[in-house]
Amino acid sequence: MTVIPLRLPRRLLEFTLDGQETRVPEGSTILDACRAAGKDIPTLCEGDTLTPKNACRVCVVEVEGARVLAPACSRKAEAGMTVLTDSPRARHSRKIVLELLASSTDLSTTPRAAEWIKEYKAKPDRFGPDAARLDEEPKIDNDLYVRDYDKCIQCYKCVDACGEQWQNSFAISVAGRGFDARISTEHDGPLTDSACVYCGNCIEVCPTGALSFKSEFDMREAGTWNEEIQTETTTICAYCGVGCNLTLHVQENEIVKVTSPHDNPVTHGNLCIKGRFGFQHVQER
Amino acid sequence: MDLHFGDSKPTDEERAAVDSLLGPPTSAWEGAEDRTDADLRWARGGREARERRDLLLPGLHAINDRIGWISEGALDYLCRRLTVPPAEAYGVATFYAMFAVKPRPAKVLHVCTDLACASKGSAALCAGLEERLGAAGSAAGGLVWQPSPCLGLCERAPAALVIQAGVPSDEGSVPLPLASTGSGRDGATQVQLGGARPSWPAGANPAGPARTGNGVSAEPAARRYTTAVIAPATAEALVLAAAEPAAAPAEPAASLAVPQAGQPGLSLLARVGVVDPYSLDDYRAHDGYRALRRAFDLGPAGVIREVTDAGLVGRGGAAFPTGRKWQATASQPVRQHYLVCNADESEPGTFKDRVVMEGDPYALIESMTIAGYAVGADRGYLYLRGEYPRALRLLQNAIDQARARGLLGDDILGQGYAFDIEIRRGAGAYICGEETALFNSIEGYRGEPRSKPPFPVESGLFGKPTAENNVETLINVLPILNQGAAAYAAIGTGQSTGPKLFCVSGNVGKPGIYELPFGATLGELLELAQAPDTMRAILLGGAAGGFVRPDELDIPLTFEGTRAAGTTLGSGVVLVLDDTVPLPRMLVRIAEFFRDESCGQCVPCRVGTVRQEEALHRIVDRTGADAAQDIALLREVGAAMKDASICGLGQTAWSAVESAIDRLGAYK
Ligand SMILES: Cc1cc2nc3c(=O)[nH]c(=O)nc-3n(C[C@H](O)[C@H](O)[C@H](O)COP(=O)(O)O)c2cc1C
Ligand code: SF4
Ligand code: SF4
Ligand code: SF4
Ligand code: FES
Ligand code: FES
Repeated sequence: MTVIPLRLPRRLLEFTLDGQETRVPEGSTILDACRAAGKDIPTLCEGDTLTPKNACRVCVVEVEGARVLAPACSRKAEAGMTVLTDSPRARHSRKIVLELLASSTDLSTTPRAAEWIKEYKAKPDRFGPDAARLDEEPKIDNDLYVRDYDKCIQCYKCVDACGEQWQNSFAISVAGRGFDARISTEHDGPLTDSACVYCGNCIEVCPTGALSFKSEFDMREAGTWNEEIQTETTTICAYCGVGCNLTLHVQENEIVKVTSPHDNPVTHGNLCIKGRFGFQHVQER
Repeated sequence: MDLHFGDSKPTDEERAAVDSLLGPPTSAWEGAEDRTDADLRWARGGREARERRDLLLPGLHAINDRIGWISEGALDYLCRRLTVPPAEAYGVATFYAMFAVKPRPAKVLHVCTDLACASKGSAALCAGLEERLGAAGSAAGGLVWQPSPCLGLCERAPAALVIQAGVPSDEGSVPLPLASTGSGRDGATQVQLGGARPSWPAGANPAGPARTGNGVSAEPAARRYTTAVIAPATAEALVLAAAEPAAAPAEPAASLAVPQAGQPGLSLLARVGVVDPYSLDDYRAHDGYRALRRAFDLGPAGVIREVTDAGLVGRGGAAFPTGRKWQATASQPVRQHYLVCNADESEPGTFKDRVVMEGDPYALIESMTIAGYAVGADRGYLYLRGEYPRALRLLQNAIDQARARGLLGDDILGQGYAFDIEIRRGAGAYICGEETALFNSIEGYRGEPRSKPPFPVESGLFGKPTAENNVETLINVLPILNQGAAAYAAIGTGQSTGPKLFCVSGNVGKPGIYELPFGATLGELLELAQAPDTMRAILLGGAAGGFVRPDELDIPLTFEGTRAAGTTLGSGVVLVLDDTVPLPRMLVRIAEFFRDESCGQCVPCRVGTVRQEEALHRIVDRTGADAAQDIALLREVGAAMKDASICGLGQTAWSAVESAIDRLGAYK
């Protein structure tokens, strides 16, 4: 069941979306309107539980009269606006952004990336074999999760989830700038020396698989990870009285990772270390 | 928030650096050595300390200035004092080019390799340094040298800046108890940061060390914080200056950057070279503070009306009407408004703001006071780029003098208007000139631009309504009030009114700042600056601007005129390249600049600037069909950068290259 928290009724405003008169509640983003209208716009840094940083720019749309394109995920719809979601300009920028990302980053575990690359006819190879890449080694410094920043698109979601939007641990931040910017702990130390509390909420929001359970990482390395045969069961965490919802991902009768439903009005997909990682005892048969 | 601190400890010197800014810690929670009984019962810090987050950047400066780099222990201590998570502070420290988080020598020599300096032989200069000091970036003999983006000294290219870390010259003379350092948000308290009180006799090298040293408590042998500017530079001079920065020759007066200095008819530059920039009395004797009195007569709404009627348009690059910005800020019902002066000036080829600040610092202080009055701000921030040591000293002196004489403070000129100005030093990041990145930088966050809307007039510094203006924009307020809007509007053209400063550099006989009424043509300006017959290209508006050809000298230098000619006036840069300058290499340099300066937030800019630089490297020696494929690639990537980047940096990072291809036929 999807629980929709009741909000104060909001005024509706009217604007034109791809030639269609559209009405959305005040405060909606252009992306909200698109989704309500059944339009599929690619998004990466947008997340259903976070305020997006609008940094990836794959969701850009054309707003009539504006000098530059607007990120659909963050720009609020305004009354009287005219928006084109699929104009040649918007499509061109999306294509280039996908090329830039795929040429510099490993998108192999980014859901839907391959599909969008095809749809927009992006050719990440055309920057040549010498095009700079992130080229990072996976950081494996604890038994719970792995940071593989070669796959990181710098979407800031993990930073926001760890910091002021959810966890308030502030264990990670963006360090450096430009192409050299990386998600980093203080002084780039190992996670075990940082403020990390291993809630795994960063893994929950990471859109690319740059952050993953050690169990998943190891199975991918060994070639045994197979999402197709996995089952997902949502249950209630038994550790404490909060009663968070856990979704157990099970492959061949082993729990391989734990997520949490984002539409839960209490936890919004967040867990603590016990619910997220404390599943070994279940399988000690 | 649950903060986690590592166990690295600051050294005594690092602790002293932080304490000189924040005062001694009041409890073990803040990092005091001894735990008292009270500490066990009370955990202080929390919200109160967290609200001083904006002292993070000054704190990082304090450590970096004293030690030369920022260690784990030092950063941790600063974080404890301010209740800032260490990972975030690390993210901030690594954002700025002037800070190091790895050990490095106390002396760092920054050698400009940007456009104007490149046209005046910075490559040879670097080769000479390599011979004498070893490769760039390698530390030897207590010194490291490194190439730098534009230092804002383009009229004296090639330029260099030495910074020697050490004890501030006025250490001990300005006690800064915690109670007196306000949060910056309550407006009631004042922070006096930078500590750059002038303690040198008149005429001494103002950028050099303190010569009198009164009140200095440190050991005589202690290394002093010293900066020296060497421009124009030779390798020999640089090696000497780097060995002993305190003994480096004094910088020439700012007025030498103004070829028209002392000529009649100047307005913005009238006082440069005429007044003593240290002396408030001299400033007053030359018309100073007349405009502020007029402002008080007019009232805030009257000032805004004058500025609007005068048709003043922003000089920082975006050409936004100033009156509209002020009106929008003033009319916000939320209280606590801020005025921010953007003195970041890091656009390659731009040095006008520096010359004004060094030659006529009180003019800026008076202008900011008037602007603050108009928009209803009781607090102004002057965000000054970190590479301007002389401007820092002069402005700090001007603020201190004005405050001492009741021209800043609780009750200015007995008019019941309270306003004070605080200087914030940038730390080497061009992007911090972008208006919202600048707010983040002041607030103690990474200098990343915010997405707009909301616009600063609604939600700016500390989330409050803020008017942000360029230095040159602000000082135009003086002639507007002194002459009246109508007389001012009569200067220039219908849409570009008033006088305009131009930064002329590169291969010209008389580089410097020129003041001309709007509407003069490019040719007229270049005639004054003695451009050579062998001109190959002229860059208008800086690295974010565009190139024009030597046969386009009749372009009128106005906002509308340059727009009609398909180019831009930007920040007033006119950089001349003659036919000896290898154009493709200059384009690579422009691309390098943007790649280095991208904040890294958005993909089109973060990766696009890298791909742009790669393509320009590939075609640096190619033309015609050999270059065609890469030029097509550049166009495609450039279009997405222009369209989809968050801020002006990514949006303009390809303009100059594009214009070189289209207007100059760079790779034909
Ligand atoms: C990347 C970037 C750098 C900028 N640097 C500066 C600067 O150094 N000084 C400045 O006054 N404006 C700079 N600007 C423009 C400011 O964002 C802003 O438009 C200006 O300060 C507004 O002042 P004005 O209205 O007086 O021109 C920069 C803009 C961008 C996008
Ligand atoms: S690690 Fe994942 S969540 Fe964090 S910035 Fe990178 S891609 Fe985004
Ligand atoms: S995930 Fe953590 S907080 Fe939630 S119920 Fe389990 S133990 Fe409690
Ligand atoms: S355009 Fe460049 S500088 Fe501006 S926000 Fe994007 S990455 Fe940062
Ligand atoms: S999803 Fe909108 S910018 Fe990333
Ligand atoms: S100081 Fe070197 S280009 Fe400006």
